[in-house]
Amino acid sequence: MTTKTPAQSRPLSPFMLGQYYRFQWTSLLSFGHRITGIGLTFGTALVALWLIALASGVDTYGAVAPHLKAWYGQALMFAWTWALMYHLCNGIRHLFWDIGVGFELKTAQRSGTFVVLGSIVLTVAAWAVAYIA
Amino acid sequence: MAKTSKDLKSPLSRARGLGSAKDGVHHFWVLRISALALIPLSLWFVFSLARLATGPADFYSVQHWVSAPSVAVTLVLFLATALYHSVLGVQEVILDYAVGSLRLTLLLASQFLHAIVAAAGIFAVLKVALG
Repeated sequence: MTTKTPAQSRPLSPFMLGQYYRFQWTSLLSFGHRITGIGLTFGTALVALWLIALASGVDTYGAVAPHLKAWYGQALMFAWTWALMYHLCNGIRHLFWDIGVGFELKTAQRSGTFVVLGSIVLTVAAWAVAYIA
Repeated sequence: MAKTSKDLKSPLSRARGLGSAKDGVHHFWVLRISALALIPLSLWFVFSLARLATGPADFYSVQHWVSAPSVAVTLVLFLATALYHSVLGVQEVILDYAVGSLRLTLLLASQFLHAIVAAAGIFAVLKVALG
Protein backbone atom coordinates (compact mmCIF):
# COMPACT_ATOMS: atom_id res chain seq x y z
CA MET A 1 0.00 0.00 0.00
CA THR A 2 2.80 2.43 0.77
CA THR A 3 5.15 1.36 -2.00
CA LYS A 4 5.78 4.03 -4.57
CA THR A 5 4.51 3.31 -8.03
CA PRO A 6 6.79 4.46 -10.89
CA ALA A 7 4.39 7.26 -11.81
CA GLN A 8 4.41 8.66 -8.28
CA SER A 9 8.18 8.69 -7.80
CA ARG A 10 8.84 10.31 -11.14
CA PRO A 11 10.35 13.79 -10.68
CA LEU A 12 8.60 16.91 -11.99
CA SER A 13 10.19 18.63 -14.98
CA PRO A 14 12.31 21.25 -13.08
CA PHE A 15 14.25 18.46 -11.38
CA MET A 16 15.24 17.05 -14.73
CA LEU A 17 17.62 19.96 -15.21
CA GLY A 18 21.22 19.66 -14.04
CA GLN A 19 21.10 16.13 -12.73
CA TYR A 20 19.65 14.31 -15.71
CA TYR A 21 19.66 16.75 -18.55
CA ARG A 22 22.51 18.23 -20.59
CA PHE A 23 21.92 21.89 -21.30
CA GLN A 24 21.89 22.75 -24.99
CA TRP A 25 21.01 25.43 -27.53
CA THR A 26 17.52 24.07 -28.15
CA SER A 27 16.69 24.05 -24.41
CA LEU A 28 17.66 27.72 -24.22
CA LEU A 29 15.14 28.41 -27.01
CA SER A 30 12.54 26.36 -25.17
CA PHE A 31 13.04 28.33 -21.94
CA GLY A 32 12.92 31.47 -24.01
CA HIS A 33 9.50 30.50 -25.32
CA ARG A 34 8.09 30.16 -21.81
CA ILE A 35 9.83 33.23 -20.39
CA THR A 36 8.69 35.44 -23.28
CA GLY A 37 5.21 33.92 -22.94
CA ILE A 38 4.99 34.90 -19.27
CA GLY A 39 6.49 38.31 -20.04
CA LEU A 40 3.95 38.89 -22.81
CA THR A 41 1.11 38.15 -20.39
CA PHE A 42 2.27 41.02 -18.16
CA GLY A 43 2.90 43.15 -21.26
CA THR A 44 -0.66 42.59 -22.46
CA ALA A 45 -1.92 43.66 -19.03
CA LEU A 46 0.04 46.91 -19.53
CA VAL A 47 -1.57 47.33 -22.96
CA ALA A 48 -4.98 46.95 -21.30
CA LEU A 49 -3.98 49.56 -18.66
CA TRP A 50 -2.91 51.93 -21.44
CA LEU A 51 -6.31 51.45 -23.15
CA ILE A 52 -8.14 52.00 -19.84
CA ALA A 53 -6.19 55.24 -19.38
CA LEU A 54 -7.25 56.26 -22.89
CA ALA A 55 -10.90 55.42 -22.15
CA SER A 56 -10.73 57.40 -18.88
CA GLY A 57 -10.10 60.68 -20.69
CA VAL A 58 -7.46 63.33 -21.43
CA ASP A 59 -6.31 63.84 -17.83
CA THR A 60 -5.72 60.16 -16.99
CA TYR A 61 -4.05 59.57 -20.34
CA GLY A 62 -1.91 62.66 -19.77
CA ALA A 63 -0.67 61.12 -16.52
CA VAL A 64 0.30 57.86 -18.26
CA ALA A 65 1.72 59.24 -21.54
CA PRO A 66 5.01 60.65 -20.11
CA HIS A 67 5.96 57.13 -18.91
CA LEU A 68 5.54 55.83 -22.46
CA LYS A 69 7.79 58.60 -23.79
CA ALA A 70 10.45 58.09 -21.08
CA TRP A 71 13.50 55.94 -21.84
CA TYR A 72 12.21 53.05 -19.69
CA GLY A 73 8.82 53.13 -21.42
CA GLN A 74 10.48 53.03 -24.84
CA ALA A 75 12.86 50.27 -23.70
CA LEU A 76 9.95 48.24 -22.30
CA MET A 77 8.00 48.62 -25.56
CA PHE A 78 11.02 47.57 -27.61
CA ALA A 79 11.58 44.56 -25.32
CA TRP A 80 7.88 43.68 -25.46
CA THR A 81 7.78 43.80 -29.26
CA TRP A 82 10.91 41.61 -29.44
CA ALA A 83 9.40 39.11 -26.97
CA LEU A 84 6.23 38.97 -29.08
CA MET A 85 8.20 38.45 -32.31
CA TYR A 86 10.34 35.75 -30.68
CA HIS A 87 7.31 33.94 -29.27
CA LEU A 88 5.62 34.25 -32.69
CA CYS A 89 8.60 32.89 -34.68
CA ASN A 90 9.30 30.09 -32.22
CA GLY A 91 5.55 29.38 -32.06
CA ILE A 92 5.55 28.79 -35.83
CA ARG A 93 8.51 26.41 -35.29
CA HIS A 94 6.40 24.56 -32.71
CA LEU A 95 3.43 24.40 -35.11
CA PHE A 96 5.67 22.72 -37.70
CA TRP A 97 6.75 20.19 -35.06
CA ASP A 98 3.07 19.56 -34.28
CA ILE A 99 2.52 18.36 -37.85
CA GLY A 100 5.70 16.29 -37.61
CA VAL A 101 8.03 18.51 -39.64
CA GLY A 102 11.55 19.59 -38.62
CA PHE A 103 12.27 17.16 -35.78
CA GLU A 104 15.75 16.22 -37.07
CA LEU A 105 18.31 17.48 -34.53
CA LYS A 106 20.24 19.47 -37.14
CA THR A 107 17.01 20.95 -38.53
CA ALA A 108 15.74 21.85 -35.04
CA GLN A 109 19.02 23.59 -34.21
CA ARG A 110 19.07 25.48 -37.48
CA SER A 111 15.38 26.51 -37.28
CA GLY A 112 16.18 27.79 -33.77
CA THR A 113 18.88 30.06 -35.18
CA PHE A 114 16.42 31.31 -37.81
CA VAL A 115 13.89 32.03 -35.05
CA VAL A 116 16.35 34.23 -33.13
CA LEU A 117 17.48 36.06 -36.28
CA GLY A 118 13.89 36.38 -37.53
CA SER A 119 12.67 37.87 -34.25
CA ILE A 120 15.45 40.48 -34.33
CA VAL A 121 14.82 41.34 -38.00
CA LEU A 122 11.04 41.70 -37.45
CA THR A 123 11.47 43.86 -34.32
CA VAL A 124 14.02 46.17 -35.93
CA ALA A 125 11.86 46.31 -39.10
CA ALA A 126 8.74 47.34 -37.13
CA TRP A 127 10.58 50.20 -35.39
CA ALA A 128 12.66 51.22 -38.42
CA VAL A 129 9.56 51.44 -40.65
CA ALA A 130 7.83 53.48 -37.94
CA TYR A 131 10.75 55.90 -37.57
CA ILE A 132 11.13 56.40 -41.32
CA ALA A 133 7.39 56.81 -41.99
CA MET B 1 0.59 14.26 -10.63
CA ALA B 2 0.93 14.40 -6.84
CA LYS B 3 4.38 13.57 -5.51
CA THR B 4 3.07 11.84 -2.39
CA SER B 5 2.94 8.08 -2.02
CA LYS B 6 -0.05 8.12 0.37
CA ASP B 7 -2.47 7.20 -2.37
CA LEU B 8 -4.34 4.04 -1.42
CA LYS B 9 -5.58 3.46 -4.93
CA SER B 10 -3.65 1.36 -7.41
CA PRO B 11 -2.72 3.08 -10.69
CA LEU B 12 -5.31 0.90 -12.43
CA SER B 13 -8.16 1.90 -10.15
CA ARG B 14 -7.12 5.51 -10.48
CA ALA B 15 -7.16 5.22 -14.27
CA ARG B 16 -10.61 3.63 -14.18
CA GLY B 17 -12.12 6.06 -11.72
CA LEU B 18 -10.57 9.49 -11.54
CA GLY B 19 -8.15 9.47 -14.37
CA SER B 20 -7.48 12.44 -16.60
CA ALA B 21 -10.08 15.16 -16.92
CA LYS B 22 -10.27 14.25 -20.63
CA ASP B 23 -10.01 17.84 -21.82
CA GLY B 24 -6.31 17.69 -22.72
CA VAL B 25 -6.95 17.34 -26.45
CA HIS B 26 -9.24 20.38 -26.43
CA HIS B 27 -6.56 22.40 -24.57
CA PHE B 28 -3.97 21.30 -27.15
CA TRP B 29 -6.18 22.30 -30.10
CA VAL B 30 -7.40 25.68 -28.89
CA LEU B 31 -3.85 26.65 -27.87
CA ARG B 32 -2.70 25.96 -31.44
CA ILE B 33 -5.72 27.46 -33.20
CA SER B 34 -5.36 30.67 -31.16
CA ALA B 35 -1.62 30.64 -31.99
CA LEU B 36 -2.45 30.51 -35.69
CA ALA B 37 -4.91 33.40 -35.36
CA LEU B 38 -2.33 35.40 -33.42
CA ILE B 39 0.27 35.33 -36.22
CA PRO B 40 -1.41 38.08 -38.32
CA LEU B 41 -2.94 39.79 -35.25
CA SER B 42 0.39 40.21 -33.41
CA LEU B 43 2.28 41.30 -36.52
CA TRP B 44 -0.41 43.95 -37.07
CA PHE B 45 -0.27 45.05 -33.42
CA VAL B 46 3.54 45.30 -33.22
CA PHE B 47 3.81 47.31 -36.43
CA SER B 48 0.90 49.55 -35.37
CA LEU B 49 2.31 50.07 -31.87
CA ALA B 50 5.74 51.05 -33.22
CA ARG B 51 4.07 53.42 -35.70
CA LEU B 52 1.97 54.96 -32.91
CA ALA B 53 4.78 55.18 -30.35
CA THR B 54 7.15 56.97 -32.74
CA GLY B 55 4.42 59.51 -33.57
CA PRO B 56 3.07 62.19 -31.21
CA ALA B 57 1.22 59.47 -29.20
CA ASP B 58 -0.90 62.14 -27.50
CA PHE B 59 -4.48 61.55 -26.35
CA TYR B 60 -6.20 62.78 -29.51
CA SER B 61 -4.02 60.91 -32.01
CA VAL B 62 -4.34 57.61 -30.08
CA GLN B 63 -8.09 58.14 -29.61
CA HIS B 64 -8.44 58.80 -33.34
CA TRP B 65 -6.53 55.59 -34.10
CA VAL B 66 -8.56 53.36 -31.74
CA SER B 67 -11.88 54.89 -32.96
CA ALA B 68 -11.49 53.65 -36.52
CA PRO B 69 -13.86 50.65 -36.82
CA SER B 70 -11.26 48.42 -38.49
CA VAL B 71 -8.72 49.18 -35.73
CA ALA B 72 -11.25 48.75 -32.89
CA VAL B 73 -12.43 45.37 -34.20
CA THR B 74 -8.87 44.12 -34.77
CA LEU B 75 -7.82 45.34 -31.29
CA VAL B 76 -10.73 43.45 -29.67
CA LEU B 77 -9.81 40.31 -31.64
CA PHE B 78 -6.14 40.70 -30.68
CA LEU B 79 -6.89 41.19 -26.96
CA ALA B 80 -9.40 38.35 -26.76
CA THR B 81 -7.25 35.87 -28.67
CA ALA B 82 -3.98 36.85 -26.96
CA LEU B 83 -5.49 36.56 -23.47
CA TYR B 84 -7.21 33.26 -24.28
CA HIS B 85 -3.91 31.90 -25.63
CA SER B 86 -2.13 33.34 -22.58
CA VAL B 87 -4.42 31.75 -19.98
CA LEU B 88 -3.90 28.34 -21.59
CA GLY B 89 -0.13 28.80 -21.81
CA VAL B 90 0.21 30.05 -18.23
CA GLN B 91 -1.89 27.08 -17.08
CA GLU B 92 0.63 24.75 -18.74
CA VAL B 93 3.54 26.45 -16.96
CA ILE B 94 1.77 26.33 -13.57
CA LEU B 95 0.95 22.64 -13.97
CA ASP B 96 4.60 21.91 -14.81
CA TYR B 97 6.19 23.75 -11.90
CA ALA B 98 3.73 24.23 -9.03
CA VAL B 99 2.62 21.50 -6.66
CA GLY B 100 0.09 21.21 -3.83
CA SER B 101 -2.14 24.07 -2.78
CA LEU B 102 0.13 26.56 -4.57
CA ARG B 103 -0.93 24.98 -7.86
CA LEU B 104 -4.64 25.63 -7.32
CA THR B 105 -4.00 29.12 -5.93
CA LEU B 106 -1.90 30.12 -8.94
CA LEU B 107 -4.36 28.58 -11.41
CA LEU B 108 -7.28 30.50 -9.91
CA ALA B 109 -5.27 33.73 -9.66
CA SER B 110 -4.16 33.40 -13.30
CA GLN B 111 -7.68 32.74 -14.56
CA PHE B 112 -9.25 35.61 -12.59
CA LEU B 113 -6.50 38.05 -13.62
CA HIS B 114 -6.77 37.07 -17.28
CA ALA B 115 -10.54 37.58 -17.18
CA ILE B 116 -10.10 41.01 -15.57
CA VAL B 117 -7.46 42.14 -18.08
CA ALA B 118 -9.56 40.90 -21.03
CA ALA B 119 -12.73 42.59 -19.76
CA ALA B 120 -10.90 45.86 -19.01
CA GLY B 121 -9.03 45.99 -22.32
CA ILE B 122 -12.03 45.14 -24.49
CA PHE B 123 -14.32 47.50 -22.57
CA ALA B 124 -11.77 50.32 -22.98
CA VAL B 125 -11.56 49.79 -26.75
CA LEU B 126 -15.37 49.75 -27.08
CA LYS B 127 -15.77 52.85 -24.92
CA VAL B 128 -13.25 54.81 -26.99
CA ALA B 129 -14.64 53.52 -30.30
CA LEU B 130 -18.32 54.04 -29.45
CA GLY B 131 -18.00 57.02 -27.11
